[in-house]
Parts: sequence; structure tokens; C-alpha cells
Amino acid sequence: MAITPPQNRLWWKEPLSGVEITWIGVAFIWGLVMFGTMVSWHFVGKQNLSNETYRIDPNAFGEKVEAMTERYQVREEGDTGVPVVRPPPGSDIYMLSRLWEWWPVLELEKDQTYRLHLSSMDWQHGFSLQPQNINVQVHPGYDMVLTITPDKSGEYAVVCNEFCGIGHHTMVGKIHVVDKK
Amino acid sequence: MAVDTQAPSRGFIGASYRTCPETGLKVCSQAEALIKVNAVVAVVFLAVGGLFGLMVALTRWPAVHLLPADWFYLLLTAHGADVLLFWIVFFEVAVLYFASAIILNCRLAAPKFAWLAFVLMVVGAVLANIAVLQGESSVMFTSYVPMQAAPHFYLGLIVFAVGTLIAVFCFFGTLVIAKEEGSYEGSVPLVTFGAITAAIIAVFTLASGAIILIPTFLWSVGYISHIDPLMYKIIWWGMGHSSQQINVSAQVAIWYAVAAMLLGAKPLSEKVSRMAFLMYILFLQLASAHHLLVEPGVSSEWKIFNTSYALYLAVLGSMIHGMSIPGAMEAAQRRNGFNNGMFEWLRKAPWSNPAFSGTVLSIVIFGFLGGITGVIMGTEQLNLIMHNTLYVPGHFHATVVGGTTLAFMAITYLLVPLIFRREIVFKKIAQWQPYVFGAGIAGISLFMMGAGTLGVARRHWDIGFADAAMSFDYPATAFLMMGLNGIAAICAALGGLMFVLVVVASVFFGKQRTAESIAAFPTLPKTGSAETVTSYGSESHVKLPGTIVLVSVFFVAFVLYYYVNWKYLSEVWPLS
Repeated sequence: MAITPPQNRLWWKEPLSGVEITWIGVAFIWGLVMFGTMVSWHFVGKQNLSNETYRIDPNAFGEKVEAMTERYQVREEGDTGVPVVRPPPGSDIYMLSRLWEWWPVLELEKDQTYRLHLSSMDWQHGFSLQPQNINVQVHPGYDMVLTITPDKSGEYAVVCNEFCGIGHHTMVGKIHVVDKK
Repeated sequence: MAVDTQAPSRGFIGASYRTCPETGLKVCSQAEALIKVNAVVAVVFLAVGGLFGLMVALTRWPAVHLLPADWFYLLLTAHGADVLLFWIVFFEVAVLYFASAIILNCRLAAPKFAWLAFVLMVVGAVLANIAVLQGESSVMFTSYVPMQAAPHFYLGLIVFAVGTLIAVFCFFGTLVIAKEEGSYEGSVPLVTFGAITAAIIAVFTLASGAIILIPTFLWSVGYISHIDPLMYKIIWWGMGHSSQQINVSAQVAIWYAVAAMLLGAKPLSEKVSRMAFLMYILFLQLASAHHLLVEPGVSSEWKIFNTSYALYLAVLGSMIHGMSIPGAMEAAQRRNGFNNGMFEWLRKAPWSNPAFSGTVLSIVIFGFLGGITGVIMGTEQLNLIMHNTLYVPGHFHATVVGGTTLAFMAITYLLVPLIFRREIVFKKIAQWQPYVFGAGIAGISLFMMGAGTLGVARRHWDIGFADAAMSFDYPATAFLMMGLNGIAAICAALGGLMFVLVVVASVFFGKQRTAESIAAFPTLPKTGSAETVTSYGSESHVKLPGTIVLVSVFFVAFVLYYYVNWKYLSEVWPLS
């Protein structure tokens, strides 16, 4: 039994049963298939995270966000008057997170590609784009670059899904995706 | 350490023993007392942490929304620490002492150190709870920097970890004593082997915890100015996820133990089952990387290596156990005479014995709900549509509660008569308890994963965003899922309450086991005695058609659900 020492002291020499060896083979090959799926998605799939990250001082990141906002602001939105920014397609766009907001609101064109920079000014936050359900982690001191191509127009929310203190559940941002005018 | 643990133990060579009337094993009285106190404290933390969990779930039920925000985050932190850490680790220490001193028929090494370990663990756990309940440490169980808790939160965890480490070394010392004193013949039993796996992983886990929590403590009192959040996270998960491998190893060891004790089941192959445990030691720590799949600053190569080969070889270990334990049960049951058709062995299993039903439910919930979803979440790209959503707690409630906690509850129904030597009272309640608890946990797990698939954030007080400057509405189905989750949580809490009631009543007010009651109601039925089993190692005498069907169903579910998630992923914005 499993609670007594093996009866056969040379248990490592016992033959394997057919059922077990088959199952081990199936499970091992399934592992290879899953490995292959993950690797091949980098070549054939369209949803992969980039490996592009830079260390950045939160203040330096904040300055970049400010510069973009000043240059491309088109209007304000929400109870607190958050600027809505419409940067040109193909450009580097920025969204910062801090207690407890995503700033600014971005307005993007459908089917255009942007380089989205994400970083935090203070604690960790979770960038959760809804209802797409794209979720990435945002750290202070790290500038993560995602090359995104929004392929459906509409209004998207950025919910914070990394706990960041008592106002965590009020931290909502916006991204608008609009058809080309 | 061997020297440390052995030296003071010499004085205990004459340690007192009793002979177990049911198994004939010598039971070291020190080991017995320590198993008792660790198990009792574990159940206290389960009761407290479980109550907090119920309040959290009722808050997340939008129609109920029980707690205010600050209390929600506070109790969510306490819930994580009390059940994920304190309940499980106290019980695991009891399991380690059981799997060494009791099963190996020898005395416990360094009992004074084991008592010291117990005291440190209690002090640490209480200190961390005080810190959280004071309200300055609502940082969640993960306590990601730069968010800061009060210094005594980190200190409590460190003291608890030091105590645990001492207990683990008492376990290793006991193995040395058993070997030297020849208390068993040949190799250690498989259950002890599983416990050794758990203990080795525990050393790695506790070391990782020390490496990150000690500097974090120093940072919280102002001696260190900065802790890099990404580095914190990598090392923290060396503890945070590895500790789940301790749970898995301990729980699988319990699966084998219960199958052996109740059915007389023995592993189909010692070699395969031991290899499967070894794979946990070799690979699962690297797989902790799956917590960092959507972090900045770690490369795809790093993620893929750690979460594919490292993870899949460990998963292979679990898949082996997942076949070999039902296989062992089927083989034993067929030898016990239940040989008709495909599933008579399963139909006529002792389903009214909570130790058995709890174990089977633990295997099913862990495998189908926890295992499959864990592999899927641990896939580099798929993590993108799940990270930090409620899918994550949905997954780990299936593994840690449905799997580990239910397995621990199951073996408690054997420990009470064997170690506490008390009759189980409220037998009817005990009989239903695993089903009520298991149904509740399966519900919690499924509904949270459903809500997570719809994007609902974890650790979030208000998914209606009433106080937010900008609005967003999750789909109505998500709100339905959160309501169903609340109902399932009530069911699970009821199951937990039934467990605590039965255990506390049995331990304190149950009738003492006597020779007559043991003869009338043996804890370990005679049906599965070793002599019905002829030869070891191969099940060539017995075919296992039922097990083949069961693992085939599992495998098909796994493959289908895996590719369903790739389909979901392919529908989101292209990004690179």
C-alpha cells in the first residue's frame, strides 16, 4: 500500500503497465503540442505581447504624456474634464496610470497601428481593456510598449485590475476607436 | 541541520509511545500531540478565513454588496493570508509529522524544536492578522511593492516562515532517525515520499520568501529606500506559487493515503508515481513564471521556457497521478470483488464515508476545474485575456480549496479516530459535508471563471463603477455570474461550517474510541487488506477499463477547452 514501504524492494525494476506508459506518452505529446502552439502563435497569430520595455523615471514618462496631450488634445471628457487626445496613426501614444486614473483619454482610428506606451506614476496598476478583455500589468519605472491595431470601432474602457488602494474601483479610463473621417 | 535537529532529540530516545489498536503502529506521543495542536490551529484559521471569504463573496454579489470598500479590501487580505497560508501550512505541518513519525513508526526528531516551530508559527500568524485587522496593511496577499504594509505585517510572515522552516527540518530529522533506527524496511512508503517532495519544495519556497520579505520588511521600516517592483514580483512568486506546489504534493500524498487506507489501493507502479512526484521538485518552481506573462521587462523566450517545458513536465506529473490514483482505486476495488461492468467499482465505493467522497471530489475538482484552467492561464498569449480577471481566483479556488482543502478535510475524518481517538459525532452531517462543500467550491470556481471570461476584474469592490469619474458597464451576464458566485459561496461556507462543527464536536465531545467501537466500526476497513493483492508493479491481472474512460474524458475536455480559449484570443485587437 501507499502507506507502507513497497513490498518489492527493487520497485524501480518493475515493468511499467501498458495503460500507464500509454497515458504518459499521450500526456507528454500533448505537452509538446501545447508548446508548439504557443511558439507558432508568435509566427501565425496576431495577438502577441512585444518584448519592448524601457526603464524610465516616472517623471520623465509623465513629461512625455503631457507633451503628447498638449499637442493633440481635441476635447475634454468625463466629470473631471480629462483631455481627449487624438494622435496621428502610426505614432507613439502614451497612457499613464496613477492613483486613481488612467490619463489621458485616447481617440484612435480603426485599423491603424499605434505604439502604445504604458507606465505608472506610483504603484502597480492593471491595464484591463474592456470589453475586449486585454489585460497587461503596468509597473512604475518600466515603459512597456504595445503595438496595437484596434480593429473594431467603439468606446472601450480601461479598468484597473491590479489592486491599488482604497480608490482602486474608481479607476476607469477610456479609449475611443473611431472610423476614419 | 541534521546535527541541530538530532542533538537535542537524544534525550527523547526513551520517548513514550502507544500502540495503535487499529494499525499496530507505534505512535510517538510527542508526534501525536504536535499533530493535534497543528491541526486544531489550522482548523481555527480555516474557520476565521472562511468566514472572511464568505463576506468577500457577499460583497462581490452586486445585489448584496455587504461590506464597505475599506473593509472589503481589509478582509480580502486577511482571507488570503488566513486560508491560503495559515490554514494550509499548519495542516501541512501536521501532515509532515504524520507522514514521518507515524507512518514510519518512529519517534519525532527534536520535539522541543517542533514545539518552538509551532509557537513561532502561531506568533507570526497572529501578528500578521493583527497588522491586517488594524487596517494599515490592506495590501492583498501578494503585497506588491511599492504599495506598503505596516512593518509587523511583513515581520509576522517572516516569523511564521521561520517557524515553518524549523518544522520542516524536524520532519527531515525524523526521516534520518527512522532510517538509522531501522523503523521500516526498504524504501519509504509512497505517501512519505510525497511528503518529502512537499518538504523539499517548502525549503525552496521559504528561502524565496525570506529573500524577498526580509528586504521588504527593512524597506517598510526605512532602512532600504527602493525595491524594484518587477524583481519583487519574480522572487515573491518563487514563494507564492511554489507554496502551491507544497499543497499539491501534500494533497496528492493524501489522495494516495486515503485510497490505501480505505480501499487497500496501492500504486499501479511505484516507479511511475515516484517519478511524478520528482517532476514536481524539478520543474514546478520554474513554472512560477506564469505569474509574469503580461509584465513588462521579461522576454517571450523566458516566459515560454519557464511556462512550457518546466510547466508541462510538472503538469505531466499531475496527469500521471490523475490516472494512477483512480487506476489504483479501480484495481483495488476489482480485487475486492466489484468486478462487474465498467463502473461497478466506482458505484460501490464507500461514498458515504466522507474521507472517501472528499478525496474523490478533491481529485475531480482539482483536475477538471483547477488543472485544465491552470495550464490554459499559464500559456503565454492566453494569459492576456485572463490576467488579473476573476478567472484567476476561479482557477485557484478549484486547486487550493476544491483540491487541497477538501483533501485535508477528507483525511481529517481519519485523523480524528486514529490520532485524537474520538468517534466522529454527527455522522450524517459528516457524510454530507464533502458534497455540500464540494458543490459550493465547484460553483464558486465556475462562476468566477465565467465572470473572468467576461472581463470582470479580481479584487474589485464595485464592478458597477458608481464612484468612478467615467462609466463602464460589464455585460449583464457578468452580474448574474457574481450573484451565482455569492450563492455558491454560501453553500461552500455551509460545508465549511459543517466541517468545523463535526471536527470540533468530535475532538472535544466525541466518545473515546474503545476496543469494542474499533471492532464494530473500524476506521480502516478490512476489505482492502494487503493479502488480497498478489503482485506488485503491474496491474496485468486487472484491467482498468473504467479508469481509461475517465482519463479519456478528462483529456478530451482539456484539449477542447484549450483551443476554445485560443479562439477567444484570436478575436481581440491585434497587438505585437
